[in-house]
Formats: sequence, structure tokens, C-alpha cells
Amino acid sequence: MEYQVKNISANDFEQCIKCTICTVYCPVAAVNTAYPGPKQAGPDGERYRLKNPEFYNNALKYCLNCKRCEVSCPNNVRIGDIIQTARIRYDKSAPKLRDRMLASTDFMGKVATKMAPVVNLMLGFSPVKATMHGVLGIDRHRTFPRYTSTTFEKWMRTKAPSQAAFSKKVAYFHGCYVNYNYPQLGKDVVTVLNAVGYGVQLLEKERCCGVAKISNRLIDSAKEDAQLNIDSIRKAVKAGMEVVGASSTCIFTMRDEYPHLLGVDNADVRDDISLVSVFLYKLIDSGKVKLAFKPGFRCRVTYHTPCHMQKLGWGIYSSSLVRMIPGVEFEPIDSLCCGIAGTYGFKKENYPYSQAIGKELFDQIERARVDYVVTDCETCKWQIEMSTGATVINPVSLLAMAIDVEATKKLNGIK
Amino acid sequence: MTDHIKPPKRYDVVVIGAGATGAGTARDCAMRGLKVLLVERLDFTAGATGRNHGLLHSGARYAVTDGESATECIKENMILRRIAAHCVEETGGLFVTLPEDSLDYQKTFVESCLRAGINAEVIDPAEALRLEPAVNPDIIGAVKVPDGAVDPFRLTTANALAARQNGADILTYHEVVDFIRSGNRICGVVLRDHHTGELTRVECDIVVNAAGIWGQRIVEMAGAKINMFPAKGALLIFGHRVNNVVINRCRKPADADILVPGDTISLIGTTSSRIPYDQIDNMTVTPEEVDVLLREGIKIAPSLAYTRILRAYAGVRPLIASDDDPSGRSISRGIVCLDHAVRDGIEGFVTISGGKLMTYRLMAEWAADMVCKKLGIEGKKCMTAEIPLPGSDSSDSKEAHSRKHHIIDMSTDQRAAEGRHGSLSSEIPTGDVDDALVCECEAVSVGEVNFAIDKLHVNNLINLRRRTRMGMGTCQGGLCACRAAAILGDRLNCQQKALYDLASFVNERWKGMKPVAWGQTLVEAQFTSWLYEGMCGLDRYQNNEQGNKQ
Repeated sequence: MEYQVKNISANDFEQCIKCTICTVYCPVAAVNTAYPGPKQAGPDGERYRLKNPEFYNNALKYCLNCKRCEVSCPNNVRIGDIIQTARIRYDKSAPKLRDRMLASTDFMGKVATKMAPVVNLMLGFSPVKATMHGVLGIDRHRTFPRYTSTTFEKWMRTKAPSQAAFSKKVAYFHGCYVNYNYPQLGKDVVTVLNAVGYGVQLLEKERCCGVAKISNRLIDSAKEDAQLNIDSIRKAVKAGMEVVGASSTCIFTMRDEYPHLLGVDNADVRDDISLVSVFLYKLIDSGKVKLAFKPGFRCRVTYHTPCHMQKLGWGIYSSSLVRMIPGVEFEPIDSLCCGIAGTYGFKKENYPYSQAIGKELFDQIERARVDYVVTDCETCKWQIEMSTGATVINPVSLLAMAIDVEATKKLNGIK
Repeated sequence: MTDHIKPPKRYDVVVIGAGATGAGTARDCAMRGLKVLLVERLDFTAGATGRNHGLLHSGARYAVTDGESATECIKENMILRRIAAHCVEETGGLFVTLPEDSLDYQKTFVESCLRAGINAEVIDPAEALRLEPAVNPDIIGAVKVPDGAVDPFRLTTANALAARQNGADILTYHEVVDFIRSGNRICGVVLRDHHTGELTRVECDIVVNAAGIWGQRIVEMAGAKINMFPAKGALLIFGHRVNNVVINRCRKPADADILVPGDTISLIGTTSSRIPYDQIDNMTVTPEEVDVLLREGIKIAPSLAYTRILRAYAGVRPLIASDDDPSGRSISRGIVCLDHAVRDGIEGFVTISGGKLMTYRLMAEWAADMVCKKLGIEGKKCMTAEIPLPGSDSSDSKEAHSRKHHIIDMSTDQRAAEGRHGSLSSEIPTGDVDDALVCECEAVSVGEVNFAIDKLHVNNLINLRRRTRMGMGTCQGGLCACRAAAILGDRLNCQQKALYDLASFVNERWKGMKPVAWGQTLVEAQFTSWLYEGMCGLDRYQNNEQGNKQ
């Protein structure tokens, strides 16, 4: 019998050789001494939790789930997964009302879009903000993104016939933000993909990717959503489509968090789930499609690498895509966490840490003096816009601004 | 520190050896009002006490072959749960029958257990799997017994602390090099201080030899002879808890048939092989032993096949020849308490040996009874089974509990320290620097290190490891040893000594890793060597075998 050929443990926690590089790269440990850092919260703490779940330390709630620890680990220990799994398994407290509200993006979105003008007005009122701060614990500095009256899905239905006419198609996972708050990004995706010859299809059914539910420990509900999304994705893949999104966190969650944290198997379709900017870069790089740009398009931009983009290892695709645009003057900055981590930064108790984490990034952005900060994540966008005053856009939106749609279509042989 | 106090030159009793038995004997004698000196050539638990399974035997393992030991075990098991609650983990135990073993044995086993007073309950194999998912799913039988885990380091330290609370003095790193005699009477010992080389004479009425396997030399020094049979037992330590319930194999005791969860790790053991007496200070684990431990261990818990092994170690069972066997070959199973006046005509000298970690308290009771009898002291009842050990004191725990109440959110290290020191953990200093961790794997804080230095006879890093688990975790001292050495260097006012101490500590950790140095354990060792040798140049500070600085 073969034995001791390989050490196998949950999330590879036994591979840890205690080098502590994860803690060096942890954005939280650098600013919050109450957080023990990924090594202690992860593989070290796991040994104690295996002895007795009572050793669970509530300070694990400070983890952003940015996964920068995993990126830095030389031994492929899934440190972030160990910490999130421990929170899910051992934190027996019921999620607060606030956390449920923040996590239920679909529910809140559906309600809010029905009366968007009122909701938007209300959410901007300072007495409302003060109440949310005091009663719910949603920090008063935060502003919720405005809700739209016409959801992206509704808009897409009007485009169904024209999209169906394309011979090549992709399925688009739009995500909650595009659907309920900012359909313009979705429209940009459709514009650019159409220009290079791809029709855009919605998934049969789509729910929130579940990242907010995972981080707020609404696991059963997250699992249900995940299963539904994967079933829809599977159908799209069977129909010969790649599934793309424009939010790096949604994509990361569906690719990696589903199997690792929710136990939802996606092995057969994982490689078919991608990001629009990666999809486009590969098409362009391989010469399969060409872009024609507006003459005279000029702007100075930088690319901010969202943490989950760093984890996916895809930052290079988006920044390269941006640098392909003639007329773009590119100012590189370091890959740093902005501090918001989705719903994390909305919580009153996390707000100061959130801003302290982002400080270095904000300084670099301000020094860069750019027209646009380009990034693939919407919550990074909110954080950077709030904290620096910069305008933050998705790489696809920048492309939509930069390309000459008609000329591009012609270049790719589309009528 | 107490170690540095010059002892008064006269005691009622000198106890040689600070293993569980020696510390227990010192405690018992001190509690009976005797003036006691406990001497140890190295450190508490440096011998067999610190090198075993840490199994709180229910006695079931001995039930079939040795009913008397089994009965003693279950009685002491129940006593230890009461008096040493902070050293004991009530895990429960299983005796599982593998397909290759016969279920017939189970019947004999259960009958023998019940005869010995051990509550052995046959359960469905499926129920056993539910109780302990790590158990081999192919088992065909299972019996539930009241096994548990006991931390021999804590247990011994607690006994030593209790002895000290009752007026005993303790000297570690003091070796008995000769006896003071008057005719056929032993009336004292000559001690050599291992650190200074200085010799001290200590007079006493009675010497108790509780030196375990090294006791044969003590007896020879006194001018008599006993036959001891060193039996080496090797064990493997796994990197984390594989099981939370003790798993035994239900068959005639053999190699690698017990898997014990101990604190943050699991232990598989043991082997058993006779070794020559002159090899008792040279314990190394052979590849064959590692192989048999794994091969057999995997049968009771399949996940051992792929769980990281932290280290291997071996201890020596101090088996002793029966006095009633003229050939000297037959081994006594139980406790041996010898009055050398009766046996060899040497007055003032008692040897307590045989037995097991589980019966250390009973052994101590027998030895203390004999001491009292020889001193003509009457009416001093043994109270060691009634009075809890320091750390398991219930009134203390109330205080600790109210303290805990203020800490709504105890951190992992605070909980870990409480687990290690019981109610004494309330004496661990807290605050900014004291809360910082020295050992991250085992969650040992600066405060706990300071507490151990102040209260628990710590002179060097190995002492500190035995008192706190510092350096016992996954990195085997890689990160914590230098931090702890820095604190010790400050506290003991000698950075130079701390450097040599650090080098020998790191080497001692490597000794245990070497027999299992593959996979991540090898990577870990390499990483540690880069840090200490490559970056810090620590290899220049090695002590050679004689302890001389090179």
C-alpha cells in the first residue's frame, strides 16, 4: 500500500510551513491589531478548531476575503477558504438584520427598482443615513448606488431578436449591479460584443452570484442561488456559448467559491466562465477580431487590480486590453486592496479599517492624475470614487467609448 | 527562581527523579507534613513520563492479560478526572475489531473489562463511525470504554507545584552522584549541579528512588542490584487532530494499535523492542519502526496515510524483574515498591518502580506509605486522591470563570492557555506586550512564557516547551524558538547562553523530524535551517556532546 505520498487536508491547511508571508500581504492585519492575520486565523487556528470548535475566534469576521493571502502563499494553502469555512461552520450567531439586507441584493434590488426615484431620494437624505448608521449599523459615509427604474434584464428583452440574429453568441452574466443599478455597463458590453460579431444572450435564469450572502453567512440561500446559476450556465455551455461577466467578483465567486465554500460542483463548466475583458483580449490577441478606434480619442488612465482579479491572475488581461487603445496614456499603479470588500466596508464597525486599508491605493491614484481609473469590480469603483473623487469605469466601458462601432463592425465583416 | 535557592542541608525525604512518579511522591510526602527535596538530573518529565502516548487508560488494554493492572487503571482514571481535570480530556475510547482480527477476542475482552470494573459497552460499528469518523469504516466490531487523554507534562508540573505549595523544595538539573552513608544506612545524597558543576551534600532520613529506568543505576550506586529491562516504544505525532476519540485495536496488545488525540495533535503508537541497558540514553526511531507504525496505524484510521507527520520519538518503559524469580527474567507487571532494608540490608532507601503513568499516584501513595512506616509516622492519611492538583482547583476555577466572564471574546491563545494551565491561567499576565504571541502554532503568549519562567521552573527552551507546548506545533520551533530565546535571554540575563540554548533546541527539534523528514515536514525543516543556519549563522553556537561550547 502506498502511503504518505502526499499530504491531503481540507483546503490544504497542512501544506502551511508557517513562513508568514500571507500575514505580510494581508491588508487587514496591517491596519487592525484585533485581527490575528491569515496565518493564525487560518491554518494555525484550524488545528485548534479541529480540537474543539470553541476555539473559534470571533475576530475572523474582520477577514475581507480578498484572498491576497492565497496569492502570496508559496504552498497553495487555501487560507482565505479556511477562514471563510470556519466563519460559516463555527460562528453560531444569527446574521443581523443589516447583514441580511446587505446580502439580499436580488430582493433589495427588485423592491428598490420598482420605486427607484423615491428610494434614490431617500437613500441620499442625511436623516435617513443617520438612522441607517445608528439603527442598522450601515456607515453614514457610504452612499448606496442609485437604483434604476428599468432593469437591464427588461432592456435586454427588447433586444432579444437582434441578439438572436448573430451567428456567434455569448451568454452574459450581468450581475445585480448592472441589473438594478447601472444598466449602462451592460449596454456597453452589448455594444462592444456586438461590434466584434457576438450576440449577447441572458442566462435562462440568473440570481446574485452569492458573494454577499457568503460573506454574511446566509449559506443555505447562497447555495440555492449558486445551484440555480450553475444549472443555467450548464445549459448555456451545452448550447455552445461561453459565459462572461463584467464583474470580477461575480466571476471569481462562480468559478472558485462555489466548489470551495458552498460545495456546489462546477468542474464541468468552470473553464467556460470568464470575464468580458479576458474574452475580448484573447479574441484580439489571437487576431480573431479587430477593433477600429475613434480618431482623436485621448485619455490618461490607470488600472486598479481588484483583489479577486489578482486571485484570478487576470489583471494583466484587463490592463493590456486598456493599453491596446491608441490614445490611452497608461499610468501603472501597484496592486493594492481598496478596502471595501463588498458589503464589508458598508458596516459601521469596519468603515475605519476599510479606509485605512485603501489609503495607500487612494494616494497612488491621486498621484497618478488620470482621467479614468479602470477596474473590473463595481464595489472597488464605489470605494475609489468615494475616497478619491476619481471617475472609475469598467474596461468594457472604456472600450465602448474608444471604439468606432460602425468601423469595427465593418472590420469584422458584420453588417 | 526556586532552582537557584540554596536548599537547607537537611530533609526528611529526598525523592530522586521528577517524572510523574517522583513528583507525585514528593507531593504525597509533602502533604503528609514531611520536609521533602525533589531532585532531577535534567528536567521534569525528561524520561518515560514525557515520552508516551498521553493516554488516560481505562485499563481496558490490560483487562485480558493483567486484571490487576486493569483494576488499578480504572480506579486511577476516575481519580485523575477529579483531581487533574485540567490535564485530562474526556474523549472516550473505542476498541475496534478489524476484518482481519477475530470477533471472538471481543467477547473475552468485554468480559475481562467488566470483571475489572471497566464499563465496556459493545456498540454497533456504524455508531462507532458516528462517534469517531476517522475510524476505519470496514470495522466489524466496536466497544466503547472510558479512555481519555492526559497531558503528562501538565500532570507532572502540577504535582511538583503541589509539592512546592506544601513546603517541598525542587532542584532540577541536579544529579545524584553519590550517597552519604553511615554504616549500612543511607543518610543523604551528593548532588552535582549540571549548570555549575558544583557539588552539594544534602542529608536526609530516607531517599526514595523514583528514577524510572535510570533507577537501576541509583540502586547500584547504593550497593544493591535490581534487574531492569528497557523496552523501547516508538510513536509518531501527526500534525493535527485526526481523531477526537481514542481508537484502540481490539486484539492482543501489539504494535501501533492505539491512536490518541492529544491537545492539537494525534499520536500513533507504540512499538515495543528490548534494548541493551547501556542504550537507554540513546533513543532514536528507526525507519522500520516508522514503517510499522504507519502500516498498522492506517488500518485503524485510514487518513493517517496522508496526514502530515510532525515528528517521531521513542521512550523507554522501565520494566522491572520480579523479585520472586531467581532467573531475573520474569517481568513484574504491576507496581514494585522495594524497601531495601528488608531486601538488601540498606537502611533509609526505597525504590518505587514498575507501574505506569496511569498509576503514578498510586505508586506515590505506596512509596509515601512506606516512607511514613519507616519513619514511624502514624495517622498521616494519603490525601492525594481527594485534593485537586493546582490548576484543577474548583474554587480557583470560579475566580477564573468570573475573570473569563469579562472577556466576552476570548482569543484562541487565551482559551489555549486556559486549557493548559486550568485555573492557574488567571495568573498569566495580560496586556499589550504580554498578549503578543511567541508560539503561533500552539498559541503561547509572551505572558504565558513569563508565567512559566516565574512559576514553573523554566531554565531553558526545552523546559519552556514542556510547560507550555511552545515549539511543539507545526513549525517545530521554526518561528517561536528565537522569540522565546530572546525572552529567556532577557529574563536570565545572559544572551550568550540563550544563543547556545536556541541552537540546541533547534537541533533537538530536528532530531524528532529526521525520521519522518519527507513532504512538508522536510520543507519545514529546510525552511528552519535557512532561517537559523543560513540567515542567522546559528550553527556557530553548537554545544558538543560534552556540553562544552565550541
